[in-house]
Amino acid sequence: MHFDVVPDSWYLILSALLFTLGVVGFLIKRSLITVFMSIELMLNAVNLSFVTFAHEWHAVKGQIFVFFVMMVAAAEAAVGLAIIIAIFRARATLNVDQIDLMKL
Amino acid sequence: MTINLYLWLIPLLPFAGFLINGIIGSRLPKPLVSTVALAFPLAAFAVVARAAQLVFSHSIALPYVENVAGSWITAGTLHIDFGLALDQLTLVMLLVITGVGFLIHIYSVGYMGHEEGYWRYFSYLNLFLFFMTILVLAENYLLMFVGWEGVGLASYLLIGFYFDRKSAAEAGRKAFVVNRIGDFGFLIGMFLLLAQFGTLSFSKIGYGLALNPAYHGRLLTATALCLVIGACGKSAQLPLYIWLPDAMEGPTPVSALIHAATMVTAGVYMMARTHGILDRSPIALAVVAIIGATTAIFAATIALVQTDIKRVLAYSTISQLGYMFLGCGVAAYSAAVFHLVTHAFFKALLFLAAGSVIHGLGGEQDMRKMGGLRKKLPVTFWCMTFGVIAIAGIWPFAGFFSKDAILYEAFQQGTFGKSLWFVGLVTALLTSFYMFRLWFLTFFGENRNTATNAEYHGAAVHARSDTKLVLEAEHAHAIHESPWSMLGPLVILAALSFIGGWMGIGEGLGPFGRFLAQAVGPLPSSVATESGSSLELPLSIVAVIVALIGLYIAYLFYGSKNDRAARLAAAAPGAHNLLEHKYWIDEIYTTVIVQPVMLISRYVLGWLGEGAIIRGSAWLLAGIATLFGELLRRWQSGNLRSYSAWLAAGAAAILFFTVVGVVMGIGGVDIRNVWMGH
Repeated sequence: MHFDVVPDSWYLILSALLFTLGVVGFLIKRSLITVFMSIELMLNAVNLSFVTFAHEWHAVKGQIFVFFVMMVAAAEAAVGLAIIIAIFRARATLNVDQIDLMKL
Repeated sequence: MTINLYLWLIPLLPFAGFLINGIIGSRLPKPLVSTVALAFPLAAFAVVARAAQLVFSHSIALPYVENVAGSWITAGTLHIDFGLALDQLTLVMLLVITGVGFLIHIYSVGYMGHEEGYWRYFSYLNLFLFFMTILVLAENYLLMFVGWEGVGLASYLLIGFYFDRKSAAEAGRKAFVVNRIGDFGFLIGMFLLLAQFGTLSFSKIGYGLALNPAYHGRLLTATALCLVIGACGKSAQLPLYIWLPDAMEGPTPVSALIHAATMVTAGVYMMARTHGILDRSPIALAVVAIIGATTAIFAATIALVQTDIKRVLAYSTISQLGYMFLGCGVAAYSAAVFHLVTHAFFKALLFLAAGSVIHGLGGEQDMRKMGGLRKKLPVTFWCMTFGVIAIAGIWPFAGFFSKDAILYEAFQQGTFGKSLWFVGLVTALLTSFYMFRLWFLTFFGENRNTATNAEYHGAAVHARSDTKLVLEAEHAHAIHESPWSMLGPLVILAALSFIGGWMGIGEGLGPFGRFLAQAVGPLPSSVATESGSSLELPLSIVAVIVALIGLYIAYLFYGSKNDRAARLAAAAPGAHNLLEHKYWIDEIYTTVIVQPVMLISRYVLGWLGEGAIIRGSAWLLAGIATLFGELLRRWQSGNLRSYSAWLAAGAAAILFFTVVGVVMGIGGVDIRNVWMGH
């Protein structure tokens, strides 16, 4: 009931804010852990907008997609944390500016 | 009744010899190389002889066409076959090529016996026979051109046989380049033929000409002149004759086969083959006649003062080819081909005899160092004598009949023809003189070779051999007569030089003329009037008298030891100098044509063209690529945050343009519609 009181656009605005926070965090933070958390934040912002649109248009596809995203995010978290640990063991730092091996 | 002549075997047999000797010849023992080199040309000669026997017994109708490998080129309306054809002209040429060619192969076994690269020599010689038979057997101009270029290649390889000698390598290159100029004319001529007739087949062009009896001059003249340029290159006529004297750098049998008997006559053959077009263009005919007559007398004057025995013969060849051109120019093609045949006999003989002399003297080619060889080389002497009398045109030797026929035909052609006849007659005088000069200088008087000892002997010819000790033992004696493998061909050719002209006795060149007339048309004189025939005897007598005068003058100057020749040279130093330096033609060509071309190549094409334009543009392109790469390299920082920032900026830009575009109404994708559309 209360759920209907809040207009859909508020959820979308919240989603956009969360996504922007995630992007900004991704760009400005140097710690790999924080960057990783920012990615999770972006994923959840997208999830929120999926759910909102699904509710607005009464389409269950959006809800299903969210489960997919969460599942992939869980897997990604496991792999990503493993990579982070491996990097830390190899280089003793998690500063992304020092992890620039992709440069030729 | 269909009889298969197996024409395709004629070129392919020598080709097989070329392949065998060319690929594994270096590992075969010498006798086996000789066997292979002789067996295949002999087999080809046998095929030709069988064809000739069938033709002469009227078992087969000419022209006989054989399509060996189906269609060669088909492009639009252009259609060219791998067709071989045998007609009277081709048969005559084939008999000369394979017959004289085989004799010269035998001779080579003796002459080249001591040489390194024996197998290489014979594989080239067989390759030459392959291309030459292709040239005369071809049923269209393009296939003929293949043979035409091929004999040029074989000639190049054989002139440069002693490729470690700089002059030989240069002579080969000169021959090739000068021939390319002529070939250019030939190519243009073929294009013009295609433009007019849409085909290159001889029979179809002949048919096209027959359909339009009124088609004269204009484009046909241009076509004929282009083909004549090709013929001038191959047959060493003015102004493209300069390669032939230098071609004497090759081994002497090569000079006999390629640069006297067969390849250089390809131009004459081509004009006889093209007679349908030449006949329609009086201008082209006149040009051919003038080229022929001019070349004949021009080369003969140079031959007067040459001291190298092979060079005298080379200029003599050019001069005799001029006679053949003269014959073609007065539309007496069968007379020209008749002279071609007799010339093949006596000039091959002269070259081979000269080779025998050179061989006997251990590589000496300077006539001033010869003399008195009559007793030491008796067989060579008598063979050479037959050749000299034949080329001088003294009855009843071969050269008399053919040269006389050409001069007689020229005489029938009005004032223009009479002046040509006069030039020809003077040339006959000069020919007789320089040939008897060669004869006297070589075989009479006393031996002027002061350096005849074992050390000097054998140095030039056998210098390449690595078995020096054996050779010195073998050549310990001084001047020696050649082995019978060399003398045998000489004797046969001497006999042919004697009797070879008899087949042309009678009205319209006798049996030979009547046979050939079916392919190249009858002689103009036998078509025109009967009144001319009374002139034939007086003209012949005049020609023989002129030849005898030449003999007498040569005897006066060189028959006994005297200083008349030296005094004459001193009396007219300018003229003598001019002749001795061959009119400075080589020097003039070098200054006027070769050097400007070299300068243009070096500076305009080399510096501007290749240096500035080609290399410059390559550098420019490379510079642009480097510059952009340098700029874009900075983008690829390897910094994770920089990449993600660009990613985010890109996503934001796409979003921005989509939204702004929709809101402003200037395009873009409205995401609402995407969803609603479903």
